[in-house]
Amino acid sequence: MAATESDSHQDSGAYTALDREPLVLNNRSFGWITNRICGIVENKQPFGWWVLFIPSVILTGIMAFCFVYLIATGVGVWGQKQPVDWAWDITNFVFWIGIGHAGTLISAILFLTRQRWRTSVNRAAEAMTIFAVMCAGLFPAFHVGRVWMVWFLAPIPNANAIWQNFKSPLLWDVFAVSTYFTVSAIFWYLGLVPDLATLRDRCKPGIRKMMYGIFSLGWRGANRHWSHYETAYMLLAALSTPLVLSVHSVVSFDFATSVVPGWHATIFPPYFVAGAIFGGFAMVLTLMIPVRSIYGLHDLITPKHIDNMAKIILLTGTIVGYAYSMEFFMAYYGANPFELQTFKLRGLYGPSTWYYYAMFACNVFAPQIFWIKKMRTNLIAVMIVCMFVNAGMWYERYVIIVTTLERHLTPGSWRVFHATWVDITTFIGTFGFFMMNFLLFLRFLPVIAIGEVKGVTPAADPHAGESHEHGVQEDDAMGYETPASTYPGGVKPAATAA
Amino acid sequence: MSTTLKRVHGYLAEFDSVKDLYHAAEQVRDQGFQRWDCHSPFPIHGLDAAMGVKRSTLPWFVFFGGMAGTSTAFIMQSLTQSTFWSDMGMGFLEKIAETYPTVVQAKPTGFVTLPAFFPVMFELTILFSAFTVLFGLLAFIGLPRWNHPLFTSKRFEKFSDDGFFMSIEARDPKFSQEGTKSLLEKIGAKNIELVEDDI
Repeated sequence: MAATESDSHQDSGAYTALDREPLVLNNRSFGWITNRICGIVENKQPFGWWVLFIPSVILTGIMAFCFVYLIATGVGVWGQKQPVDWAWDITNFVFWIGIGHAGTLISAILFLTRQRWRTSVNRAAEAMTIFAVMCAGLFPAFHVGRVWMVWFLAPIPNANAIWQNFKSPLLWDVFAVSTYFTVSAIFWYLGLVPDLATLRDRCKPGIRKMMYGIFSLGWRGANRHWSHYETAYMLLAALSTPLVLSVHSVVSFDFATSVVPGWHATIFPPYFVAGAIFGGFAMVLTLMIPVRSIYGLHDLITPKHIDNMAKIILLTGTIVGYAYSMEFFMAYYGANPFELQTFKLRGLYGPSTWYYYAMFACNVFAPQIFWIKKMRTNLIAVMIVCMFVNAGMWYERYVIIVTTLERHLTPGSWRVFHATWVDITTFIGTFGFFMMNFLLFLRFLPVIAIGEVKGVTPAADPHAGESHEHGVQEDDAMGYETPASTYPGGVKPAATAA
Repeated sequence: MSTTLKRVHGYLAEFDSVKDLYHAAEQVRDQGFQRWDCHSPFPIHGLDAAMGVKRSTLPWFVFFGGMAGTSTAFIMQSLTQSTFWSDMGMGFLEKIAETYPTVVQAKPTGFVTLPAFFPVMFELTILFSAFTVLFGLLAFIGLPRWNHPLFTSKRFEKFSDDGFFMSIEARDPKFSQEGTKSLLEKIGAKNIELVEDDI
């Protein structure tokens, strides 16, 4: 077939100036992509997986112990005392819920804006969202004190004839977070269905095949199905986009609608959303850079992906820096003596100023090295900055919540907060819980959206030039064998043409 | 499991590439077939037009699902936490709900309270819409189902890896065992297979 005018430049082999960077390196074939990603699930996990998994399970156990201890003893085992009634628990809640936002940003907003590079990272980022929201939900649930009464948050008719106060931002939060979790889970699962079918078709008959079979719903890749599926996927993206912006806005309402100096700020919703995306992307990179090297996904998660995410961190980090400065400026310019005093105590001479400086250094200054391209492509530099951001975002919430309450309106009740061992171990335990879930996800589900990645390769374009029709099927660097059962008749063909 | 009686489900044919499938689909569409489909590991851009598949009407259902969420949230909140319905002269509705507003810090419970209900109305709109997307999609595509005749073909397993297939069902009025096979051969299909189903 003669190459047309429009695709002749692709046939020439060399990339011309106008070509986009390929999203899958080395012109990999569909078969290679399937093998590489399914191979992670089908083969023994590398040593690194166990090194991370065992401590994660232990930490999850410690977390469970801390919660049991709390239930058995009372919320007093946490360090909060008047006037600091919200401390590490709410800090951790906001921290974890913020982490989730990057997943939805990648899966929904980048989908609507046709950012095709999202395909390599969206699955893992969405999984991260779900696990982060699970961690987040634990803290307010236990913070209510009597966790067995937590069903009072749900609008269920009850014998007391008492209904929830729908005018309270705390109840808005219940709806926002539970909707966020549910919609994220639906979105994630819908994206998984075709890939579960891939795993199903590669499995030998048995319990695994049955489980993948049930969860892939009998998917047969029919175009009449894809047509509805793509519409459904786009609808979910369009629904998730305002949802993700609303969730952290509603979280910020917990503070912004109060009359506490330092909390009562109209800048909070956009400031929280930017911070959430900022911290979330740092966590995506923290997870994906090791995953990429442990599982050899260098052709799928390319330097371009990391570069793009580093740019988003730089942008949102700078927005956050602007918000910090503007908050301080408004405290000065707003001529409210209580607000100004709160900020003086927060940043200049209060008891916890070092948290404020740590926050500023980690969130505003550390990402600025991403202006340099060399730093965005240097994985070690990226990892170091992400660690700073992960820590910095926790400090940010601590500064907003705790340092504000420590110096409340009545100087007579001022008290400095000290975390107890339960506070600290519970928080560390949630990291174990998060990691354990993520590692189990790596173990049982495809970490990269197989179908979507195939869809962005040149060979997936029905109007592409001849040279792209078949990608390159090379030997797999990880040595994953294609299971014989995937070939017709169960027999592997003698040789495949390169 | 297998019985001696078999029913012809239709033809399953394989194509070498996205491009071949795309151009083959255009020709099958032009022949006027109705009950046929293409199977691919990922959605192929433009194949809907090549197959003559109409745009999904799912968004309409989702719109009404979303509106149901908005109204549910509004009714739930206004009935239980405001005097809105009594103010509108429909106090009997609040009697049915058997509840009274919780007054916090002497904040009003009348018409002016309504803006406080917007966040929950928004969230439930999204929640109900998302459920409508999920269940609407499953209803539209007729899944989940336990099995399908196409899965009797061993070769068909490749559809989720790198295989591009076309299936033409015997139920199609234009189907004929000989004619359809020669059509598939003409449009470049490989490995044409007659799929049979246990009765």
